[in-house]
Amino acid sequence: MRVEPKPAPSFAVTLLYPVAAIALTFAITALLVLAAGASPFSVFHLVWKGAAGSQFALLETLTRATPLIFTGLAVAVAFRAKLWNIGAEAQLYMGAVVTVVLGTGALPLPAFLLIPIIVIVAMAAGGVLLLGPAVLKTRFGVDEVVTTLLLNFIVLLFVSMLLEGPLKDPMGLGWPQSPKVIADAQLPRIVQGKRLHYGFVMALVSALVVWVIMKKTVLGYEMRAVGHNQQAASFAGVPVNSVLMKTALLSGGLAALAGFSEVSGLKGNLTLDLSPGYGYTGIVVAMLAMLNPIGVVASAIFVAGIFVGADAMSRSAGVPSYIADVMVATALLTMVVAILFTRYRLRWK
Amino acid sequence: MPQRPHPAASPPPSPQGGGEGAAPPVLRLSGVTKRFGPLLANDAISFELARGEVVALLGENGAGKTTLMNILFGHYVADEGAVEVFGKPLPPGDPRAALEAGIGMVHQHFTLAENMTVLENIALGTQGFLNWKLDRIGARERIEKLSWEFGLAVDPAARVASLSVGERQRVEILKALYRDARILILDEPTAVLTPAETDALFATLKLLVGQGLSIIFISHKLNEVMSVSDRVLVLRSGRLAGERVTAGTSRSELAALMVGQEVVSPPVPPPEPGQLQLVLNAVSTARRGAGVTLDRISLSLRGGEITGLAGVSGNGQAALAALISGVEAPASGEIIVRGNLAKNWSPRAALSAGIGRIPEDRHAVGTIGDMSVTENVIAERYRTSRFSRRGFLDWRAARKFAEEIIADYDVKCPSPEARIRLLSGGNMQKLILGRALDSAPSVILANQPTRGLDVGAVGYVHGKLLEARARGAAILLISEDLEEILALSDRIIVMSKGRLSAASPRGERTVAQLGALMAGHDMEAA
Amino acid sequence: MEALDILLTASFWVAAIRIASPLIFATMGELICERAGVLNLGIEGIMTAGAFAGWFTVYAGGDLWTGVLVAALAGAMFGLLHATLTVPLGLSQHVVGIGVTLLATSLTYFTYRLALPEVTSPPKIEPFQPLPIPGLSDIPVVGPALFNQTPLTYLAFLTVALTAWVLYRTPLGLAIRAAGENPSAVEAQGISVTAIRMGAVMAGSALMAVGGAFLTMSAFNSFFFEMINGRGWICIALVVFGSWRPGKALIGAILFAAFDAYQVRLQQLSGGVVPYQIFLMMPYALSILALILVARRATYPKALMVPYQKGER
Repeated sequence: MRVEPKPAPSFAVTLLYPVAAIALTFAITALLVLAAGASPFSVFHLVWKGAAGSQFALLETLTRATPLIFTGLAVAVAFRAKLWNIGAEAQLYMGAVVTVVLGTGALPLPAFLLIPIIVIVAMAAGGVLLLGPAVLKTRFGVDEVVTTLLLNFIVLLFVSMLLEGPLKDPMGLGWPQSPKVIADAQLPRIVQGKRLHYGFVMALVSALVVWVIMKKTVLGYEMRAVGHNQQAASFAGVPVNSVLMKTALLSGGLAALAGFSEVSGLKGNLTLDLSPGYGYTGIVVAMLAMLNPIGVVASAIFVAGIFVGADAMSRSAGVPSYIADVMVATALLTMVVAILFTRYRLRWK
Repeated sequence: MPQRPHPAASPPPSPQGGGEGAAPPVLRLSGVTKRFGPLLANDAISFELARGEVVALLGENGAGKTTLMNILFGHYVADEGAVEVFGKPLPPGDPRAALEAGIGMVHQHFTLAENMTVLENIALGTQGFLNWKLDRIGARERIEKLSWEFGLAVDPAARVASLSVGERQRVEILKALYRDARILILDEPTAVLTPAETDALFATLKLLVGQGLSIIFISHKLNEVMSVSDRVLVLRSGRLAGERVTAGTSRSELAALMVGQEVVSPPVPPPEPGQLQLVLNAVSTARRGAGVTLDRISLSLRGGEITGLAGVSGNGQAALAALISGVEAPASGEIIVRGNLAKNWSPRAALSAGIGRIPEDRHAVGTIGDMSVTENVIAERYRTSRFSRRGFLDWRAARKFAEEIIADYDVKCPSPEARIRLLSGGNMQKLILGRALDSAPSVILANQPTRGLDVGAVGYVHGKLLEARARGAAILLISEDLEEILALSDRIIVMSKGRLSAASPRGERTVAQLGALMAGHDMEAA
Repeated sequence: MEALDILLTASFWVAAIRIASPLIFATMGELICERAGVLNLGIEGIMTAGAFAGWFTVYAGGDLWTGVLVAALAGAMFGLLHATLTVPLGLSQHVVGIGVTLLATSLTYFTYRLALPEVTSPPKIEPFQPLPIPGLSDIPVVGPALFNQTPLTYLAFLTVALTAWVLYRTPLGLAIRAAGENPSAVEAQGISVTAIRMGAVMAGSALMAVGGAFLTMSAFNSFFFEMINGRGWICIALVVFGSWRPGKALIGAILFAAFDAYQVRLQQLSGGVVPYQIFLMMPYALSILALILVARRATYPKALMVPYQKGER
């Protein structure tokens, strides 16, 4: 059996492969639902109702999609340059820490100044956190997968230390949580009285900006060149190391925005369960979108819908909500196979 | 441990007659055809191989020699046709079956694991996986016996990583003999050898033939084919273009068969040497990995002149090419471009100094396979004001440039948006040529510019290099193909063990003298 | 000198060897995969699956060794998935590995919740008990540390010897090492690279799963969410640290575990002056440091992460 390149199919056909991957994912999940003794149709219907069946459900899905868009963009940007950033989770927490440090009254500035400052510092913190592994990769040849993964654990312990120390909320009844950020450091809600906040709009704008960077700018071109063939890019004069550093800053910064937006827009303070693995789920989001920044928005909403819908479903149907995680992981694997077959075919002899 | 019974070890049918060709065939190919997409790599090829015979398979690069041998060895499956070994059909696509039928292959790129010893490489796959212990003693005895018998000296306990190229080739041959190969296929075996090592190889081949082995010798070098073979099969664009008994043919007849017409060297007008364009002054490079480094190299290139760099592969050509193309910076010494000392040497510095670069490996270094033709042609110049402003790329200008290159350099491709991976080798090389030459560089580094191209594309590349020479560019042509060097170069320099010989003008040194230099003799005297 | 006295106590070394045991299994598993040329980032999830599968088998009434076997089988199945996608299809080993980790982890949690919907505190099983080796276990310090452990710890050490033997002394080991160095050498000798690599990934994954099972069946006696807690990633660092050699990797795992056991004891000594999180960070930070130290002279298997297609050279 051989895997051979084939000419690019038409755009419509290109779309067929991901659709097939998602269909396969549903089929596999249906088997698990059957194993759980429930009917796949009613379960998927409940998931759909829970994710998009009402205004409340839909807004909840978009709220959940917001951090996933950021982490999905972070991963998409990094993977495009073949910088394997598996540390979006840690970068997210760095962004959240900065938001809390600057947003709880340390900087008494009006919102129109305070929020941009927090955003910039948060992005810098997330970027610098990824810069470390990027430098270790380029200078010492240390695989960044392992270092970014290990940093996730280190940063989470660091956050835990802060929450039991300097950032501990004195009014928190001993819980490891930070004080709330001040009103001027909060992102307003889009609809009064609902949870969806302007972080979602920021996420959409970020996706657009990243799309422009990837398609239209010199940096985007350099990142793609480095990602596709580092040796050839270097030969042609692309400054590979500096491109990887810029990629790290951008990717880490985007992931940090997820932390900023969760604290500033939704939760108001920092806790150890701020992110239920958004950093890792961002990898799935990015792969489902085939690393396309606009696609990230769609896939983040899709993935968020599955999570939100599965929560609602599990309350009424009794199938564990972890079915959502299984679906998302399965979708990742079916999708990479689908992407392969858009560009390659199998020959059996 | 007992040796596996071997079908080929049983005595082959006894010869019926005395003369060559009268013996029954040990190998018979009938109508073997192989397509890669639209490309017909092998077109209904049939031939037979007799016991104790050396058949040379002659052809240009890309004529289909290697494909044919890969079918024989089971790496590829033929679309049509059949292979018989000792009268039995050979199951297709199964290297194991080929090995068991007595076919041994010495690949052009060695198939050795460098982290293991010679013994381990040879024993690999010869003992059953259910054995709890590798029989080292038995393997060692057998290897020593074979090396002594056939003059293949090599230490079984040595790690392959520490071996020279010639030694590695001996290990490859031992691998085949260890498995009782009756048919030995050698794919371009001399490409990596010095003339002296080549002679030793030929002596070994004589011994093997004396033991009744049959040999298929793949080459594109006429003189070797003439000296080593009994019979010559000529392949041209996938077809069997002719078959001759070596004793009854001549170099020129074979050359004509190979190319399809009388070989015409491109007309090379006398040079008009111009200004010094690039000077390397006692440059050394730092050791990186196991490759040969440069040792106080000095080299001057003048405009309007092609300097040919001859040498056996792996003698520092890669390091020199990396240096001139900017991939590697000098550890000591000076690079002087048109009188100016170069600083902060890098690919970008080389480009802005006006050096056009044609890299050795089109796929790994020359192009980014999954990016489009447009994205590839601007790769060396995307930062210039022609293609970008304030960090934004001008895709319209880029596409227009790609269309110009496609038209000017006669590139066949579906569209500028097509992934470059889908282009043929020749078209890929034309794009690289266009990218490098379009800005009329004053220095051109052409590293193996015609390797693996068909005859038409080779002529095209040579023509473009001569055009650049005519407009006054200084050209360094690095090639392992001495005939290419001799045809194009105004002056020839030989590289050996990281050092350069003095330059000799066209026609001054004989092939034998160049060969001696390539082997590293008289480097100081020359 | 209290801090140094710890190093001389038997209980410290007993703990160190116990902590090392799951790492040894999983490191050998990863080492086998990488020696054949496949980076297996599914390790974290496969350990999770193994931890659950082994424990659940015993909880459901199976005996302990059946549990180990079931864990190994579960690991091999995830290995098969990983190998199918990365070996014949040649997909990115990074992405597939992360995918397998996510899938194995979520499937485990799903199954756990499905099987035990109502429990709040995880049920306990009767785990492996220490099996003192007569005579040897009476040697001071070394005795209890090495010869009064559970059978699974002995199995871990046996695994190292077995891995080393197979890789360096058997015909199969030659093929595995060659597949990770130059797969065309394997194919040219009539052996299927695909079969060797897939087999290595499945066997390696089985060992990873047994490493996970050690936690639920020997070190502790029940299954918790997130109990692997980055151990898989640490094993990947240990393989690099051990230069892809079983013996060196074993030393790395023991050093690492000793450090881990030591930081727990230092934590108690420090009396809360230094935040405990600093101590908990140390193993991860140490892994990164170890990677930096060895990275420059590390000799990777040359074909690691390079997919291979038949007839390619």
